[in-house]
Amino acid sequence: MSNENEINPSTEAELVDQGFSKSDLGDQGYSAAGEVGLIKARRSLRANVWRGLKSAPPTALFGLTIITIYILFALFAPLLAPYGEAEIFELSYAPWGEEFMFGTDQLGRDILSRLIYGARNTVGIAFVTTMIAFIIGGGLGITAAINNNGWLDNLLSRSVDVLMAIPSLIFALILLSMFGANTLNLIIIIAVLDSTRVFRIARAVSLNVVVMDYVEAARLRGEKMFWILYREILPNIMPPLVAEFGLRFCFVFLTIAALSFLGVGIQPPTADWGSMVRETAGLIQFAEYDLTAAMTPMLPAAAIALLTVAVNFVVDWFLHKSSGLKD
Amino acid sequence: MLHPVVRTILQRLGLGLITLFVVSLILFSSIEFLPGDFGEAVLGQAALPETVAAFRKELGLDLPMHERYFDWLGGILTGDMGNSFSGRGSSGGTDRSRPVIELLAPRLANTLFLASMAAIISVPLALFLGITAALYRGSIYDRMVNAMTLTTISFPEFFVAYLLILVLSSFTKLFPSLANIGPDVDFWERVYLTALPALTLTLVIVAHMMRMTRAAIINLMASPYIEMAELKGASKSEIILQHALPNAWAPIVTVIAFNLAYLVVGVVVVEVVFVYPGVGQLMVDAVTTRDVPVVQGCAMIFAATYILLNLFADIISIITNPRLLHPR
Amino acid sequence: MNTEKSGQKGDLLLEMKDVVIDGYSDDRWHEIIKGVDVTLRRGEIMGLIGESGAGKSTLGLAAMGFARPGCRITSGSIIFDGIDLMKVSEAERRALRGSRIAYVAQSAAASFNPAHPLIAQTVEATVRRGIKPDAEARADARKLYRDLQLPNPDSIGERYPHQVSGGQLQRVMTAMAMSPRPDLIIFDEPTTALDVTTQVEVLASMRRIVEQYNTAAIYITHDLAVVAQMADVIKVLRYGETIEDAETRKMLANPEKAYTKSLWSVRSIEKPEEKSEDIVLKVDHVDASYTGSDKVLDDVTIEVPRGHTVAIVGESGSGKSTTARAITGLLAPSKGQVLFNGKPLPPRLKERSIDQLQKIQMIYQMADTAMNPRQTVRDIIGRPLEFYLGLRGRERDQRLLELLEMIELDETFIDRLPAELSGGQKQRICIARALAASPELIICDEVTSALDQIVQKGILELLLRLQRELGLTYIFITHDIATVKAISDQIVVMLEGRVVEQGMKSEILSPPYPEYTKLLLSSVPEMDPDWLTGLLAERERESSSNP
Repeated sequence: MSNENEINPSTEAELVDQGFSKSDLGDQGYSAAGEVGLIKARRSLRANVWRGLKSAPPTALFGLTIITIYILFALFAPLLAPYGEAEIFELSYAPWGEEFMFGTDQLGRDILSRLIYGARNTVGIAFVTTMIAFIIGGGLGITAAINNNGWLDNLLSRSVDVLMAIPSLIFALILLSMFGANTLNLIIIIAVLDSTRVFRIARAVSLNVVVMDYVEAARLRGEKMFWILYREILPNIMPPLVAEFGLRFCFVFLTIAALSFLGVGIQPPTADWGSMVRETAGLIQFAEYDLTAAMTPMLPAAAIALLTVAVNFVVDWFLHKSSGLKD
Repeated sequence: MLHPVVRTILQRLGLGLITLFVVSLILFSSIEFLPGDFGEAVLGQAALPETVAAFRKELGLDLPMHERYFDWLGGILTGDMGNSFSGRGSSGGTDRSRPVIELLAPRLANTLFLASMAAIISVPLALFLGITAALYRGSIYDRMVNAMTLTTISFPEFFVAYLLILVLSSFTKLFPSLANIGPDVDFWERVYLTALPALTLTLVIVAHMMRMTRAAIINLMASPYIEMAELKGASKSEIILQHALPNAWAPIVTVIAFNLAYLVVGVVVVEVVFVYPGVGQLMVDAVTTRDVPVVQGCAMIFAATYILLNLFADIISIITNPRLLHPR
Repeated sequence: MNTEKSGQKGDLLLEMKDVVIDGYSDDRWHEIIKGVDVTLRRGEIMGLIGESGAGKSTLGLAAMGFARPGCRITSGSIIFDGIDLMKVSEAERRALRGSRIAYVAQSAAASFNPAHPLIAQTVEATVRRGIKPDAEARADARKLYRDLQLPNPDSIGERYPHQVSGGQLQRVMTAMAMSPRPDLIIFDEPTTALDVTTQVEVLASMRRIVEQYNTAAIYITHDLAVVAQMADVIKVLRYGETIEDAETRKMLANPEKAYTKSLWSVRSIEKPEEKSEDIVLKVDHVDASYTGSDKVLDDVTIEVPRGHTVAIVGESGSGKSTTARAITGLLAPSKGQVLFNGKPLPPRLKERSIDQLQKIQMIYQMADTAMNPRQTVRDIIGRPLEFYLGLRGRERDQRLLELLEMIELDETFIDRLPAELSGGQKQRICIARALAASPELIICDEVTSALDQIVQKGILELLLRLQRELGLTYIFITHDIATVKAISDQIVVMLEGRVVEQGMKSEILSPPYPEYTKLLLSSVPEMDPDWLTGLLAERERESSSNP
């Protein structure tokens, strides 16, 4: 890709900021400091963020708002929830109403409270899992890129190829049956499985950076591996990795929700959206008689869907921005 | 000297076999990780020590590992995947457990039926949407299709499934919400019963496939030779048919294979929602009860399908690559 | 439609008036062509010359009524043979493209469709427009291949793009442009990606064929010497504006604008050579390979005298950059060794001491990729000061300012990011980074070839001054003979991993020449418009005298 861009003078390279163009060399002679060219004006981070937000499409703004609300709910769950996470009341399957806004579940726990705590548990667990996946996959991916085509790179890449040859939900099911289904196992298993995807991306984007002359210059200077990784490579692969983090988070979030829905993910009594859908799914049969009751399983499912939609909208916009015009 | 195409295909086949082999190793070793007292767990607390010992012997846990592996692998290749753990008599004597293959075979047929139904609708639809969106990039049509598919891929499968149930089953009574098909249901009845699960899968897959197709086509249309064709005065349809399409097979087939492979995964959740008697549901049940032989059998089938589909995509891209077809 | 031309030579063919083109970047539209006029007559070749960012390609494509995605023609008129391309429909413009106006792109390898044989692509537009039936067009294509002196002209068309070399592809693309016998061909830097010796052949065949069929052409390039061979008139473009229009000979002899003069300014420097016996670095019978089998360096021996410049010249694949990699330790020699100040250097980078690393520094061709885009000038130049010399805080900043002064930049640059520097300034910062290590030897890998002419001159003068003041030794890797003349004391000529000739500049650049050196030197275009004609005539004479 980039090769072809180099050969074809891209339109972008031909763009010249107007402010510089008029100063013909004339007879003043040449001076290095006065040299003009394709210079990009610098803006402060704040100005950039502000500019970005102002030009953001409504979908992205919507996504940002939703994400902020979720974070607030996750942080302040105990303050916002009317009842405790696992507090049990006498009436199970209570209808929607004054006392229990969205009714109660099969054990008599308040649905609304569990939804709010679910923001903390489900989102929190998915976030932690994604972080671990990024630390493992990102670290190994960059290392493999530096060791390009060396034994370490080959070993890691081939292992990842094999791990990725098994669909990850299936692999997760196998591993959960081996090690038993509990939250800690779930986090570790999903993090390790998902780190293979992160590895691929991190390796690919790092490879583009590793071939840069400035990395070679650092090696020629005698810099240690860690310095090269941390100072030369990492800052330059952050934008694609940030976007990837959003996508991976969605994927992890959906996988954990799916596993919990299947009953092998996050275990009771922890309030979790995936499990909540499973527990209340039966109510959907009663749509004719009590519409609100039938909507109960849709609430946690919609909570999951809404967050992934929001993250995807933001990532989509971020990708669009960081790739310039090229869609 | 082998033709490079043949050579590359053989390489890929070899690689696929090696992957399958490694997968089988991983699956096999899953039984090793079971806790020491799993015999009791399977047979029940009241099981006699002799029964437990006999059970361990039946599993061959007294034999060296490599020997057991080849026995197991040989079994799988000949269609013998061992016996299920469930149904083992707890009080000795009567063993009501069934061979895994017996459990699996009818369910595999069901799963394949469901997946094919979803694929038949989704592949042409997704290609059509993806290609048209790429060609009319930036248009209102493109933006609408994009926003819709972005929303759909963000939905968990069970959300889509329950939405459809709510609308098409609970309210309108158009379709049944459970797809609990028996063995002697005729074809059209089967299609009717499977409609909702198939529709769920279709919605999810179309979104993914459409987005990937669109990206692949846009990437292709950015090639310098497409601009050259434009500068040679080719019309839009000529550019697409003569210049883009011959180079588009590889990316498009890759997208299709990737998504059919994704279907394999999606099927698990959808089967559970609709109580559809397929391999996915069997596997989930087996995982909850830690019925290892059944998990192994199901996982092997899923993994093999996945690997074969990717292999197929690889081979298509190889045989449509002019560099390999016409070596220097 | 027939192939007969409707007009006479000298009639007006293309007239562009006050053309303005916008490009989209940074969330807004910018003018990239700011009201340019072009007048071209039948059979005339116009050279369009300018530096990167001048808008040459954009203007060339506009002559076809075409704007790349992200660009738009906002005003002005483009009248081709009486047809106003701005007023007619897209379908009518499309009917002209590939039949009456053709385009030859810079990267032939990327611009041919990998899925079709060459001849199918050559005749595509001709057949589509019904100019000739398929069989006739193919026969004509084979004739064009022959006219363009392609090897195996009868069968080469059956091959696929990846099966043919870059120089040949470029000629096939010329045949493709010529196939419908257009009135106008746009050549967009068609030889820039080629080696000099290949470039000569391609230029010659292109010129012959446009003369033979009396086709008008716009020839876009950044190389004045190339355009001098091709064009009747030259238009100098800068930042989207016309600087100067003139007939070729007149412009070369007597350019009006200072900017035009600056375009060949690098050719005005010439360093007097000096001899020296004090050897600082010796590459001693070095073999090297990347795979373990194919030798990319074959028994290379080079001696570099202290305080002087050795230029290594050769075409791509000659091993000149690999030699640099062997010296820096990036590629361990499979045989032989590198001696620095008389002592052998460990072959591998990892085995070298910090002190050894410090003494040999490197400057790269692309300053853009040689600097981390996320680091400021302070970080970039400051790091070697910390790393090698242990300077910190005020001491480091003090030295930083001295270094900036040395490269003729002031302290306002210290907190800039690379994206906030111009091309020449970037290269200067790279030079300062190398200087920061207080090296004895600097390897300059094509350091000026990505820069515009006037900037090249500034960089070369800077390097010469630094050498005088600091007694630096340079190894200068380049393919450009003008640069070699400007900076070197000694020259090493490389071909296919071997040294074919080495010696003082005056010896190498004067007869008698070994065969390859002669080919290389004679292939470098000169500013003289008669150079190509003369060269071809001479080569003709030679090949007929000794067959």
